[in-house]
Amino acid sequence: MSKRSNWAIPYLIFLVLFVVLPLVLIVVYALQDGNGNFTLSNVTRFFTDSDALSTFAVSVEVAIENTLICLLLGYPAAYILADKNLNKSAVTVILFILPMWINALMRTLATAELFNVFGFTLGKGTLLFGMVYDYLPFMIYPIYNVLLKMDKSYAEAASDLGATPVQVFGKVTLPLSMPGIFSGILMVFMPTVSTFAISEFLTNNKIKLFGTIIQENINSSMWNYGAALSLIMLVIIGLTTILLGGDEREVEGGTI
Amino acid sequence: MKKLFAQAYIWVLLVLLYAPIVFIAIFSFTEARTLGNWTGFSLELYKHIFTGGVNGGASLMAAIKNTLVIALVAAAFSTLLGTVSAIGIYNLKGRKKKTIQFLNNIPMINPDVITGVSLFLLFVFLHFSQGYLTVILAHISFCTPYVVLSVMPKLGQMNPNIYEAALDLGATPSLALRKVLIPQLRPGMLSGFILAFTMSLDDFAVTFFTRGTIGLETLSTYIYADARKGGLTPELRPLMTLIFTIILILLVIMNVRQAKTNKK
Repeated sequence: MSKRSNWAIPYLIFLVLFVVLPLVLIVVYALQDGNGNFTLSNVTRFFTDSDALSTFAVSVEVAIENTLICLLLGYPAAYILADKNLNKSAVTVILFILPMWINALMRTLATAELFNVFGFTLGKGTLLFGMVYDYLPFMIYPIYNVLLKMDKSYAEAASDLGATPVQVFGKVTLPLSMPGIFSGILMVFMPTVSTFAISEFLTNNKIKLFGTIIQENINSSMWNYGAALSLIMLVIIGLTTILLGGDEREVEGGTI
Repeated sequence: MKKLFAQAYIWVLLVLLYAPIVFIAIFSFTEARTLGNWTGFSLELYKHIFTGGVNGGASLMAAIKNTLVIALVAAAFSTLLGTVSAIGIYNLKGRKKKTIQFLNNIPMINPDVITGVSLFLLFVFLHFSQGYLTVILAHISFCTPYVVLSVMPKLGQMNPNIYEAALDLGATPSLALRKVLIPQLRPGMLSGFILAFTMSLDDFAVTFFTRGTIGLETLSTYIYADARKGGLTPELRPLMTLIFTIILILLVIMNVRQAKTNKK
């Protein structure tokens, strides 16, 4: 049996080549000028580039707002879907996941067109609305999963011992569903903060997000600056993951 | 009362969520070039798809073919690599196991843009000319982790003695693998394959950065370019409607079958 652990070796090599090395290259390119000499100028340029800075601020703001709206709308939905008394069919759950199989760009364009037909001006409001459309399932699903697996006897015990429904929710159900909330936040915040194309479609090019700036720089062969911007994004992602305990062991044993 | 309110909430969300899709589906039955313009009922756009008379010429059909080929190859290879690796990782212990599991998580947490840019830099660095092959490699790199995660629980549920028993009874390791191990892992491999296939189909950012300049288009990049030019190719409307209907039917069939097996 022990020899079978060797079966992981090809994948380890693959991961080093296609996951680790590319990330290292982001750092390397970010710290180089066009001629391959070491420099910090790409990183310092970001902090003096008011255009990039404001885009960055808008991206983080939009991502936080989108995550909050998804959480506020998604939690009750997940709660209802996981409650056997309120929802009996598994089909409703599938209906929430189904739109994810339709090409995201296509869905986004249709959403933008729908706004046009109803006479809404494309801008911040439509951007948030469209993003909630795209990412709501990613919030509902992990919370739903946690709530479904949760041992119902805790909540029953609490209400038997005299807790009001509000207390049962606040002291038992909500704390126990925290791991689902964390992974939901992770799954919504990460893609929104880095999204590109979607924001342009939903705002008619009025609002640019950070992902778009990275793409513009890479496409116009400004690899080093593009890599520096990616590095900044990577730091944000890393911090969010650590903060939310993307490591499952920490979530499970964490002080909730 | 509480139940009614809960049901209403779910259905309002679903109606909002499906509004854009229904909107496209309705306007797939008219000929107007711009979405939202109704010029009378017509099946012309559906006909175009099957006769190849698409406004965008052969390029939309080529994009669809590319998308499917890339998704099939990437999903098949990811399933193979992911299953073999899951068996390997399952038999690892301690820090080695944690390290490789951590590495396996990176592509799933990484945003598309970062994955795309980092792989773009890799291919530039290695002077690897970008095209079909690089897109497929990139897709394998972000699809395989999902296969590993789908197969791992099946390994945990499996009774290791059955495999040992097969060996004791004289089966060669390869026979035991084919007759004992693989059949038990098959559900995990299948869900891993489906997951990988969907991830690949839906991908835009990673393809966008790794396809190079040879003019390789997938459905996503085609739609992106189309929208930038202003206005979607009208044939995309019936196409999306068809894809959606097929998936809906498949899911219903799968669900009915699962409900039946659950009853047994």
